[in-house]
Amino acid sequence: MSVESRESQVATRVYEVGGKTKASGWDWALGLLSSVAFLVALAMVFGYAPREATMGEIQRIFYFHVASAWVGFFGFSVTFVAGILYLVRSQRRWDILGLSSAEVGLAFITMAVVTGSLWAGPVWGTYWTWEPRLTISAVQLLLYVAYVMLRASTANEERIARFAAVYGIVAFVTVPLSWFAIRWWRTIHPEIVSSEGMGLAPPMRMTLFVSVAAFTLLYAALLRQRMRLESARDRLTAAQGRLAPEEW
Amino acid sequence: MIEIRGLKKAFGPRVALDGVVLDIEAGERVLLVGPNGAGKTTLLRILATLSRPTGGAVRVWGHDVTRADVAIRRMIGFLSHESLLYDDLTARQNLRFYARMYGMDKPDARIASLLSAVGLERRADDLVREFSRGMQQRLAVARAVLHAPKLLLLDEPYTGLDVAAADALTVLLQTLTQVGCTLLMTTHYPAQEGHLAQRVIVMRRGRVLDDGPLGELTTLDARYRAILARPAPVSPPPAALAAVDWRGKEL
Amino acid sequence: MLRQIGAIVAKDLAAELHTREIVSAMLVFATMAILIFSFALDLRGASGRAAAPGVLWTTIAFSGTLGLSRSLAREQQNGGLSGLLLAVEERSVIFFGKAAGSFVLMLLVVVVLLPLGSVLLNVNLLRPDIAGVMVLGTVGYAAVGTLLAAIAVNTRAREVMLPILALPVLVPLLIAAVQATAGLLEGMVPVDSWIRMLVVYDLVMIAVGVVTFEYVVEG
Repeated sequence: MSVESRESQVATRVYEVGGKTKASGWDWALGLLSSVAFLVALAMVFGYAPREATMGEIQRIFYFHVASAWVGFFGFSVTFVAGILYLVRSQRRWDILGLSSAEVGLAFITMAVVTGSLWAGPVWGTYWTWEPRLTISAVQLLLYVAYVMLRASTANEERIARFAAVYGIVAFVTVPLSWFAIRWWRTIHPEIVSSEGMGLAPPMRMTLFVSVAAFTLLYAALLRQRMRLESARDRLTAAQGRLAPEEW
Repeated sequence: MIEIRGLKKAFGPRVALDGVVLDIEAGERVLLVGPNGAGKTTLLRILATLSRPTGGAVRVWGHDVTRADVAIRRMIGFLSHESLLYDDLTARQNLRFYARMYGMDKPDARIASLLSAVGLERRADDLVREFSRGMQQRLAVARAVLHAPKLLLLDEPYTGLDVAAADALTVLLQTLTQVGCTLLMTTHYPAQEGHLAQRVIVMRRGRVLDDGPLGELTTLDARYRAILARPAPVSPPPAALAAVDWRGKEL
Repeated sequence: MLRQIGAIVAKDLAAELHTREIVSAMLVFATMAILIFSFALDLRGASGRAAAPGVLWTTIAFSGTLGLSRSLAREQQNGGLSGLLLAVEERSVIFFGKAAGSFVLMLLVVVVLLPLGSVLLNVNLLRPDIAGVMVLGTVGYAAVGTLLAAIAVNTRAREVMLPILALPVLVPLLIAAVQATAGLLEGMVPVDSWIRMLVVYDLVMIAVGVVTFEYVVEG
């Protein structure tokens, strides 16, 4: 790209209407791949991974819990990068990527909080524990619920894209800061049961790896569909704009 | 002095400016008319560096408006629909604040003379929130010209002014244009408010429909109506829209 | 640049002198919050001392959103920040000016809150080290709050939106500030790491604010 064309991109706010709305081979492939990966992961969780000695069967939720927490965080980091790119480039495609990734990430982080709570219930006798990893998931849940609410809070699309990009950056920067704060907070008030240093047997590690892969594939598949939906919505708005009578 | 080439501005999918081309020389006094939604306010906001164009180029004194530095911005005086005043400050405090922001030395004499020019000297130390609509407009005018701008962008400056205040505004604008200030103002009543102008630009649907000398004020309204009676400019035909089913296949 | 920041702060304080609405609203709210905490948690004697840091910072967190909403709404009432945007040397001037103005107003509230809390919660909060923690916490709060309030005032549900946006972002600040305050009150726990955490938070959020604020106020 020449220097000149890059300059003109920086100088103007390009409003691209939509991207691809038709399903491509990739959409099908990702859907199929994530389904297969999930079947494999399920089989491994229940058939291959050994029964954990102290926690019993309930520990098997661990594989999906960790995987969804990881994918949620990954989704938010994509939103962070997309936010920076949107502010620099002002291209709608980065806005679509950021918003889609935040929404999909929010679904996964919710799953992480729920599975974490289900896990804590029988094992620690309480459905909520201020275990650092569970707490940071809950903080992320709040941050990105706020992100989604912000996106719904005004009709000015260009403005809300900028606001969301900024908030996506602020929220993501908050995650590591919260992590350290929560960690230190918990070490000052030590827990009775700690999940630190849980040694994983090799089959467990393998199962976790496959689960993470399955969740990441599902994330990619959902992300593409969410982006496609947003592009279709753009085209609809544009079409309605052309049909609307002149504003007087 | 102002060069506008192929200027476009879209708010999301809604197009406000659709390829405006315009040149305005230093010292010109230009009237901008057109129905609501024609894009007049959007054009002024872009010239005032407050809004970014979606496409095209806009240069003021040879500088790209999207990258105008403080020196350029400070040569612009902008009067918007909104007063840009602080309700919780007095008239004098408002002007003092802006004078400090503009880095003016010893602004008190200038502030006093402007306040009397717009007929607010006796209300100078009252809170703006207690002002009537017309008084706020008068103070807003004083705020816009406070720093002796070289380019004045006025969005319906006569709105809400009584006859005396309107005359005072005309005198104020005359003194500014006599020292070479360029004037671009919008109005809905060209015949009543156009006596300062030399040139009239008619806009509609984000485009310039007509551009010419002011001519006789008495016939201006009739000419304006005749221009608007022409068929409206047609938007480019919509790109083919594909209808898709749930799998994304075209129907 | 400093001159312009000073002008904005002076303007905010002058407006506040005329109306007194921000400081009085925050003060009344903060006082009521402390009272309600005392009733609801039955904060007498030792339990008051133990809960003091949490009560104090919760009160500041909630009353602060009131003040910040109002401070940015003041800019927005007659045409947004257009007037400022035309005059400032850089857009970050607006961020620094508004954040500094809000910081001063919040500090005024804290100055009243500390003796009040000392009396009602039966604990001595009037100490220079605790005042230092208050200042550090308020700096970060003002930086985050100004950036997010500038966003929130442009949305439909302004006053509701700010706490929703701000409180999750303030989680690390609140944890660190509460822990530092509690550590100082207990007297035996080292608080260096919490102070460091507060300083890091302040610096990070000021940096993020300076860089992103210009995109928030762009027309």
